[in-house]
Amino acid sequence: MALNESEMETMVYERPEALTNGITHYCPGCTHGTAHRLIAEVIDEMGLRDKTIGVASVGCSVFAYNYFDFDFVQAPHGRAPAMATGVKRVLPDRIVMTYQGDGDLASIGMAEIVHAAARGENISVFFLNNANYGMTGGQMAPTTLPGQKTTSSPNGRDVETQGYPIKVSELLSTLDGASYVVRRSLHDAKNIRLAKKAIRMAFETQVRGLGFSMVELLSICPTNWGMTPLNSLQWLEEKMVPYYPLGDYKVHPAVAEIKI
Amino acid sequence: MPPKGRIVVNEMYCKGCELCIASCPQEVLALANDHITAKGYHPATIIAEGCTGCAICSIVCPEAAITVYREKTGANRIPA
Amino acid sequence: MARELMKGNEAVAEAAVRAGVEAYFGYPITPQTELLEYMSRRMPELGRAFVQAESELGAINMVYGAACTGKRVMSSSSSPGVSLMLEGISYIAGTEIPMVMVDVMRGGPGLGNIAPAQADYNQMVHGGGHGDYRPIVLAPASVQESVDLTVLAFDLADKYRSVAVVLTDGSLGQMMEPCELPPMQPLKTSFPEWSVTGSEGRERRSLSSINLDPSMQEEMNFRLMRRWQEVEANEVRYKEYFMDDAQFVVTGFGSSGRVALTAVRAARAEGIKVGLIRPITVNPFPIKVYAEIVKKVEGILVVEMNAGQMLEDVLAATKYQTPIEFFARMGGIVPFPDEVLNEIHRMVKGPLTTEGHPRDRWLNRTAHKK
Repeated sequence: MALNESEMETMVYERPEALTNGITHYCPGCTHGTAHRLIAEVIDEMGLRDKTIGVASVGCSVFAYNYFDFDFVQAPHGRAPAMATGVKRVLPDRIVMTYQGDGDLASIGMAEIVHAAARGENISVFFLNNANYGMTGGQMAPTTLPGQKTTSSPNGRDVETQGYPIKVSELLSTLDGASYVVRRSLHDAKNIRLAKKAIRMAFETQVRGLGFSMVELLSICPTNWGMTPLNSLQWLEEKMVPYYPLGDYKVHPAVAEIKI
Repeated sequence: MPPKGRIVVNEMYCKGCELCIASCPQEVLALANDHITAKGYHPATIIAEGCTGCAICSIVCPEAAITVYREKTGANRIPA
Repeated sequence: MARELMKGNEAVAEAAVRAGVEAYFGYPITPQTELLEYMSRRMPELGRAFVQAESELGAINMVYGAACTGKRVMSSSSSPGVSLMLEGISYIAGTEIPMVMVDVMRGGPGLGNIAPAQADYNQMVHGGGHGDYRPIVLAPASVQESVDLTVLAFDLADKYRSVAVVLTDGSLGQMMEPCELPPMQPLKTSFPEWSVTGSEGRERRSLSSINLDPSMQEEMNFRLMRRWQEVEANEVRYKEYFMDDAQFVVTGFGSSGRVALTAVRAARAEGIKVGLIRPITVNPFPIKVYAEIVKKVEGILVVEMNAGQMLEDVLAATKYQTPIEFFARMGGIVPFPDEVLNEIHRMVKGPLTTEGHPRDRWLNRTAHKK
């Protein structure tokens, strides 16, 4: 962390340089902002800003390129891992990351993410799982919990007719091509710190050419969940974490050796 | 004696989500109900003595709106 | 340079390599697959990017990503596969970045079959993807022309920041003909001012096709259409055969234009004053050429391997001022020159009319067929 010294005090924390001064369109309390901030902090700390190319997705994070202060492209719905593949294959010395929500990655983009992981594409994927479609107003997502009410599962997700949630980290961890696949949560300071470490590991994996990395980040959607931000964090901890256990699902031995 | 700190909330970014307030171990943060930001939110602010500059508020802040300072102790203070 | 006997699909692939393509992304589909297979050995050998994607959706979006870097990139597919790629093609057009697409057309709609057809004319020339965009569409009629137009496609795509399509078919893709390949071009060393390559030493950039503000979107729509006006003004290409004294004209693009030429030659041998116009750019369509012959000729026969998709453009260009007749085979059937010659005979014999629709007359004539 850059410390700005003065005679009397030390700057302990300041807004990362890899964020623009754009005001996000995210709702108050939305952890998209937290995830953005952590990614920006890691990019600053690793000095990667001028060689990173981000791939924004479709969903609430569609305007991510307005908030990150580095090069960006914006993918069609679900196709960010394919687009990232295209960028990385022609510019292998750049750092390429996608930023995707659960509708984008786990529904319409399931083929692209699975195959990018299977190919061991040397990209980093940041996957925000907030258990619903945020931008379109809170419909059922592939990650919506059994019984969870959404605008398209008004009586609660009925697994008999609407099936079960997809556990993306577990699924991708079965692929030999994936090198680093972990799930973290953004519901409190301790977990946010752990999430940041995982983001760092994902970039370190890519910088070393060790292949596909993904960090799944459990997130809140206060507006669509119909809760205050604080109650949302509590709901995440009590309902989402038990269904989506936090942990390291795939850590390639070469990645495990990375010390940060 | 605990270290002394202070925070600066950038009111351009703060949306009054209260996550910092709930996470503050010293319980010295609150929304400034006496004014609103340009976006129409009551921003977070320090309401009492006791900030240690622990930076937990900045870790949970989704908008990267908080800058945190900590006073130097006698040992590492640069003489004037 | 020596001429080599090459299969159409492979000749297109090698032409692209020599035009400096730095990345190829595709998905197997007949009758295009040889192109992908050729690239799978050729590109890695040159240290260039090749990925067999998980689907056409994957492939076109890999192209999208790579094209954002300003490098020369391409994909190829065949009709149903191209349909899947149209989402990405629209995004690429909306982002105003160059790409080359090769469509080796086959019979349709639906799964159709794997035999040659020309029924993607509307899909390529008149859009297919959503929104107002116009791809440049080049229609070769031989392996040599496939090679030449592939190189041209890269140049035009770069020049106009546009999607450029080489519209071939199962026949042209599979046939073997002697052709002369172009020299190997050096790869680009500088990148356009819009390219996204990492922000080292400059301000950051982003590329996207989103314009939430309708007035910004409209401005972009205007920009695309004005750029298209430039394409229309500068890039129309076509070939004329025996047109100097022609009383009648046959017209068709790609394979049907090639078959029609054989028929026109046979008719000339019989003393019939018939010529041929074969559009090379089906988009931009050579409107003026057709508009000008209206006054000179007694009738035009449009020959296609679809149900009259280019016919509508010929009708629009000639404004129903000249009698037009139509003949086509569909479903993966290439017309025989004799069939076209019969149609020339019928046109010459008359009577001809500007009333009614040529497609209806054709359908009525063929009513005995199931």
